[in-house]
Amino acid sequence: MTERTTEQAPPQGPRDEDPAAGSATLDTVTDPGPARGGRSRGSSSGGRGERVFRGLTSGSGLLVVVAIAAIGLFLLVQAVPSLMANNANFFTSPLFDTRDPANLNFGIRDLVVVTVLSSLFALVLAMPVALGIALFLTHYAPRRVARPFAYVIDLLAAVPSIIYGLWGIAVLAPALLPVATWLQGNLGWFFLFAPGNLPVLTGTIFTGGVVLAVMILPIITAVTREVFAQTPRFHIEAAQALGATRWEVIRMAVLPYGRSGYIAGSMLGLGRALGETIAVLIVIRAATTPSNFSLFDGGYTFASLIASAASEFSQPLPTGAYIAAGLVLFVLTFVVNAIARVIAGGKVNG
Amino acid sequence: MAKRLDLKDVDIYYGDFHAVQDVNLSVAPRSVTSFIGPSGCGKSTVLRTLNRMHEEIPGARVDGEVLLDGEDIYARSSDAVSVRKTIGMVFQRPNPFPTMSIRDNVVAGLKLAGVRDKKKLDEVCEASLRGANLWKEVSERLDKPGGGLSGGQQQRLCIARAIAVQPDVLLMDEPCSALDPISTLAIEDLIDDLKKDYTIVIVTHNMQQAARVSDQTAFFNLEATGKPGKLVEIDDTATIFSNPKQQATEDYISGRFG
Repeated sequence: MTERTTEQAPPQGPRDEDPAAGSATLDTVTDPGPARGGRSRGSSSGGRGERVFRGLTSGSGLLVVVAIAAIGLFLLVQAVPSLMANNANFFTSPLFDTRDPANLNFGIRDLVVVTVLSSLFALVLAMPVALGIALFLTHYAPRRVARPFAYVIDLLAAVPSIIYGLWGIAVLAPALLPVATWLQGNLGWFFLFAPGNLPVLTGTIFTGGVVLAVMILPIITAVTREVFAQTPRFHIEAAQALGATRWEVIRMAVLPYGRSGYIAGSMLGLGRALGETIAVLIVIRAATTPSNFSLFDGGYTFASLIASAASEFSQPLPTGAYIAAGLVLFVLTFVVNAIARVIAGGKVNG
Repeated sequence: MAKRLDLKDVDIYYGDFHAVQDVNLSVAPRSVTSFIGPSGCGKSTVLRTLNRMHEEIPGARVDGEVLLDGEDIYARSSDAVSVRKTIGMVFQRPNPFPTMSIRDNVVAGLKLAGVRDKKKLDEVCEASLRGANLWKEVSERLDKPGGGLSGGQQQRLCIARAIAVQPDVLLMDEPCSALDPISTLAIEDLIDDLKKDYTIVIVTHNMQQAARVSDQTAFFNLEATGKPGKLVEIDDTATIFSNPKQQATEDYISGRFG
C-alpha cells in the first residue's frame, strides 16, 4: 500500500444520451483526459487489491473462452473416429443410420433442411410481429399499458419449452390443419407448400415453425424494443419539428436508428430456433422418406435427432455420429450469433 | 412567409406545475427576437409552445393565444403537425438525420409535404444550402451522410433543413451552445442574413449573442424554484442592455445574479 498517490482516472461512463444534459458535443474525438503520467497499462500500480481484482476479472474472462474452445475441441475429437468410419456421405446423405456400429451410414442433409427450414419459417413469421409489438410498446401505447404488456411478452420467454411442445401438438396442430390444407390445395405448385413426406398435414415443419415463431418472439421483441426506446430524443425532435406525423417520425428517426438492433435481435432469435430441442421433438413427426424441401415435410432437426437418440449413447462410434451432427449445429449457431454481433456492432447483450 | 407572431396571456402548464405565467409579447416579421434569462425561467418552454413542440411532453398544456398573423395556432381547426410545417425549429444540439445524405436531410421537410419533383427538390436543396452558407463546403458531397460533417456544419445543415420549407417563423433553441466560437460566429452572421426573409426567435444563454444578433430582447425570470417563470421585460435590444426599466433585468445583464 505504498503508491496511493497515483492518479485516479474519472470513470468513463457510457455516453449520456440525454439531450437535457446539453453540454455534450458531437465531437467523437476522444478527450485525452487528465495526463496519465505515462504509465503503461498493467504495470505495477495500485495496491494488492488492484492486482487481485484484475487477476480475478481477467481469469473469469479467460475461463469462458477456454470453455467454449474446449467444447468445440471435445465435439471434434469425439466426432472424428465416427466420421472416418462413416460409409455414407456426411453432407449429402439423407439417412442417419447408426444401428450397426460396424456399418455406419449417416448424413446430415435432411437435418440441415428441417432445421433451417423450420427456423427460417419461424423467423419470417416472428420478425414482422416483433417489429409491430416493439413499435407499439415504444411509440404508440400509453405508458401504463406498455409496461404490463411488455411483461406479458417477456413472460412468453419464461414458458418451458415442453409446454410449447404439448400446446403445439395438442392444440395448434389441429387448429392449423385447415390453413395447411388450404395452402397445399391452392399453392401446392410452389415447392414450400408441395406435398411433403408425411401422410398427414399435422406435425409438420409448418406446425413446428409456428411454435418456434411464438418461442422466439419475446427475444426479438425485447431486443428491438430496447433499441427503439433508446432512439435519441434529438433525432425524434428533428423529425417532429419538420411536421412529421407519428409514423413519419418512426420512419425518419426510429427505424434508421434501430434497424441494426432489430436485425441483431432477429439473428439471436434465429439462433434460438436452430437449437430448440424438446418442443420440436414433440411437434414435428418423424418421416421415413427423404425431405422434399416442403414445409409439410416431417423429420428431425439436429437438436431433436440428438435428443431422441440420447438414451442409446452406449457405444462410442454411433455416439460419435450424433456428436458430429452436434458439431455442425454448434458451428451453425455460432455463425448466426457472430453475424448478429457484427450487425449490431456490440449493441446487444443477448 | 415571414409572419407576425403575437402571444396573448399565455400560461403554460406541465400537469399541475405552472411553468410559465402570463406572457404577452409581439414579434414583428423579418426581425430577430431573443429570449434571455437564467436556467429554468421558462424561455425554452415558451419557445417550444410557438410550434407546439412542448406537446410531446405528456401533460403539457397552454392557456391563452398564440397568433400567427392573427390566427391562433391552438385553434381547434389547427393541429400540431401542420403548425410545425410552417414554423421551423433549430435545436441546441445539431440533429441532422445521421443515415440520410446531406441532400435528403435538406429536403426532408419538403418530402414530408409531398413534394416529389426531383428538379424542384434539387433547386430547393441548393438554394437552402446557399441560404445557410453551407453550399460551398458540401456541394461536392451532397450524397454523403449528414452525420459526417463538423458540429458547426451540421448546425448550418439543420438551418438549411428548416428554411427549405420556407417557414413563416424560425425558432432557434440555443443554436450555438454546442459549437466552438468560430462556428458560433458563422451562425450569428447567418442569422443576420436570414433576418431579411424570416421572422426569427432565438433562445440564448449568451447575453453578448443576444446583443449582437437581435432587434428585440425579452428577459424571463422566476422568483423562486417551483414558482412559474415570467416575462419580466421586453424591449429593443439596445434599450434592454443600456437602460432597462426593471431592476431584475439590470441585475441580470450586469451579471449580479443568474
